[in-house]
Amino acid sequence: MSVDQDFGGELTGTTLWRDGWPVYDRGETVCVIGAGPSGLTAIKNLKEAGFGVDCYERETGVGGAWNWRHDRSPVYASTHLISSKPLTQFPDFPMPDEWPDYPHHALVLSYLERYADHFELRPHIWFGTEVVKVEPADNGRWDVTTRSTSKYGGAERIHRYAGVIVANGHNWSPKMPEYEGLDDYRGTVLHANAYKDSAQLRGRRVLVVGGGNTGCDIAVEAAQQAARCWHSTRRGYWYAPKYVLGRPTDQVNDQLLALRAPMRVRQWFAHRTLKLAVGDVTRFGLPKPDHKVYQSHPVVNSQLLYYVGHGGITPVPEIARFHRNSVELRDGRQIEPDLVVLATGYLPRFDFLEPELLGIDQRGKPTLYLHTFPRRHPTLAVAGLVQPDAGVFPLAHWQSVVFARYLRARQSAPQRAAEFGRRVEKEAAGTWHEGRTTDSTRHWFEVSHGLYLRELQRALDTLEGSR
Amino acid sequence: MTVSVLRLDEWAHPVAPVRREVLSATPELDEGRPPVLFVPGFGHGAWAYAEHWLEHTASRGFPAYAVSPRGHGASEASRKADLRAYAHDVVQVAASLPRKAVIAGHGAGALVVTHALARYPARAAVLLSPVLGGVSAALRNPGLVLPALFGGGLRLPANQLFSRELPAAAARAYAKRLGRASTRAQWQLLRGATPERAVGDPPVLVVGSPDDKIVSPAALKDAARAYGGAPLLFPGMGHDLMLDARWREPIDAILDWLEKSH
Ligand SMILES: Cc1cc2nc3c(=O)[nH]c(=O)nc-3n(C[C@H](O)[C@H](O)[C@H](O)COP(=O)(O)OP(=O)(O)OC[C@H]3O[C@@H](n4cnc5c(N)ncnc54)[C@H](O)[C@@H]3O)c2cc1C
Ligand SMILES: NC(=O)c1ccc[n+]([C@@H]2O[C@H](COP(=O)([O-])OP(=O)(O)OC[C@H]3O[C@@H](n4cnc5c(N)ncnc54)[C@H](OP(=O)(O)O)[C@@H]3O)[C@@H](O)[C@H]2O)c1
Repeated sequence: MSVDQDFGGELTGTTLWRDGWPVYDRGETVCVIGAGPSGLTAIKNLKEAGFGVDCYERETGVGGAWNWRHDRSPVYASTHLISSKPLTQFPDFPMPDEWPDYPHHALVLSYLERYADHFELRPHIWFGTEVVKVEPADNGRWDVTTRSTSKYGGAERIHRYAGVIVANGHNWSPKMPEYEGLDDYRGTVLHANAYKDSAQLRGRRVLVVGGGNTGCDIAVEAAQQAARCWHSTRRGYWYAPKYVLGRPTDQVNDQLLALRAPMRVRQWFAHRTLKLAVGDVTRFGLPKPDHKVYQSHPVVNSQLLYYVGHGGITPVPEIARFHRNSVELRDGRQIEPDLVVLATGYLPRFDFLEPELLGIDQRGKPTLYLHTFPRRHPTLAVAGLVQPDAGVFPLAHWQSVVFARYLRARQSAPQRAAEFGRRVEKEAAGTWHEGRTTDSTRHWFEVSHGLYLRELQRALDTLEGSR
Repeated sequence: MTVSVLRLDEWAHPVAPVRREVLSATPELDEGRPPVLFVPGFGHGAWAYAEHWLEHTASRGFPAYAVSPRGHGASEASRKADLRAYAHDVVQVAASLPRKAVIAGHGAGALVVTHALARYPARAAVLLSPVLGGVSAALRNPGLVLPALFGGGLRLPANQLFSRELPAAAARAYAKRLGRASTRAQWQLLRGATPERAVGDPPVLVVGSPDDKIVSPAALKDAARAYGGAPLLFPGMGHDLMLDARWREPIDAILDWLEKSH
């Protein structure tokens, strides 16, 4: 096999200079940042397309978010997939038949490790190495500065690449809400990112904030472990069960998509099904949803209402302010938790890139065609910056396939590459979600997998000239 | 046909899991050679490769595996199976192997393999005496396909499968072990079921015999041309290359090819 493994570049090519530092020229090699699911599939697909690949990973193992030993992993002991197997697995490497519909996070990690071994990706990955800077060089090439994350540190090194694909994940930098009085509050406050194990809840009086999948999971754990659990949400949500009609919910949804049922019909069907399967949530003291199904990122949790019904979870409104020993809610009630878990989600972060390279606006949101391709920089892409109503892996897979085809087409089919480039310019500000969503940063990258994958197919067809 | 990105039908209706038979022979020393996964033709099972080829492949340093698609060999029965289910069985086994696999399919098993190639980026593929289906191919073998039109199994008499060099008793014994594919899959074969394009662009080798009574030399040439090559031919052999008297020649040629291209 022709795997380019003489890393370092000292042996090949000339040494260039940037601001007095040597730059090792990696020729046509492409750089991948991060070895989570999106980075792994990028390595595999670039390699499959014939590119040399160097991947940098700040942790010492693969798997990204799914490797819960990683200090930034948002995954906690009880995490199970919310997207079922067929909609979660990579499209060319199925999860084993013996696994359940919704595998535990440890199985997901073992799946990613097997993927890395099966496709021999590890020789391409430089573990314990963090990317600290990515800067444009001439001719669409990139200078990537890295640093060892080991205790002893290490000197920075610069390598020059023909392309860069950023797969650093967007579920690790906590989105912290601000509250009046928080500084004086004497209880413990932590973001869900620091929540790992239900032992942290045992015997405590817990207030969980946020009605996303994380908040709901932690509330359910608190119902089982804590002395008390309040669950605070600032709006009502549709809580989808993991199964409807005896089948995984996302598979039933895809059956309707396959029938090409329009959004309105699917919404109607979902409302009907939820009414039958879940019923009226206001009976449980939960607020009525202020939006339709599919207008907010799906929350899939079969246990939340069950524990509300058992009295293990008390739903409460948004927090108004903190006092020294209590928390005041918007309805004026005061409660006395000793642990507050903020499951308020995450924000994307690209510290190593100048914001304008990704068209990042004042709020911090990048402007990317398909949330992947920046304007004006055809040799740069972001993978995995999506939040679909299905698994992330298949989307990340096709993103990197398209990126690899784009890099190739720039050499072998410049007209097609140019046509694709024009589309990137024109449609970078688009959304790939059916209908509107509630106004929240959590929906910046919300996509409908049907619509999104169709658009990726169009991109592929354009680049391959097969329309 | 290009590869499909949106697979709503497959996601809405995943193939049901079944118990699968996988036979294997592994080299004494792992020298890092790629695993080879063999897929039997309709009516055959993994046993067909266990006779000679698995051991021989392993003796040349390649970990060797053979899977019986559902309803075949000792795998769980499955009367309603379609081509997609067979391809699923192949991909499940391929993905369970430690390294990216080479996939080889025989007879209609070659059609199954071409479908599997659209769902798994094989390192390379080998189509052995491939029966890729379609109406015109069926018309060439009316005696064989006629029973299938009425819901029976494809007829595979011993004298069509092996050369005269194989002792008659052995030929009869093999023929006795034959089963049949599901009616649905047979219909798909007869009607023709064009696969999506292979992912990962694997090199594909077509192997056969000009004296095969089921697959004509023209069909072999067509199959090879579809993958940009010429067939590798073993005159004097029957359809079942892995069981016939001179089974050693084709498998050695295949392994030579693998050694050269990897
Ligand atoms: C609790 C939870 C449950 C989830 N459940 C599901 C689910 O059921 N289904 C689903 O599809 N998705 C789920 N997700 C989404 C999940 O984020 C994705 O499945 C997936 O992990 C995204 O992969 P990624 O590679 O893009 O990012 P990550 O998994 O976050 O990986 C990014 C990698 O990049 C590395 N990195 C970051 N910055 C640098 C740098 N500067 N230099 C070097 N390396 C760097 C990190 O160390 C990390 O290894 C869940 C997320 C959470 C938080
Ligand atoms: N597989 C699993 O089991 C699983 C588990 C957890 C997470 N995940 C995935 O991980 C990703 C992140 O999920 P997440 O739940 O951590 O985050 P999230 O989806 O962003 O949800 C954050 C929640 O906090 C609320 N919130 C945010 N800021 C707030 C504020 N200032 N005050 C009050 N409430 C506030 C949000 O309300 P608004 O709706 O009003 O913005 C929302 O309810 C998602 O893609 C999710 O699907 C999966």
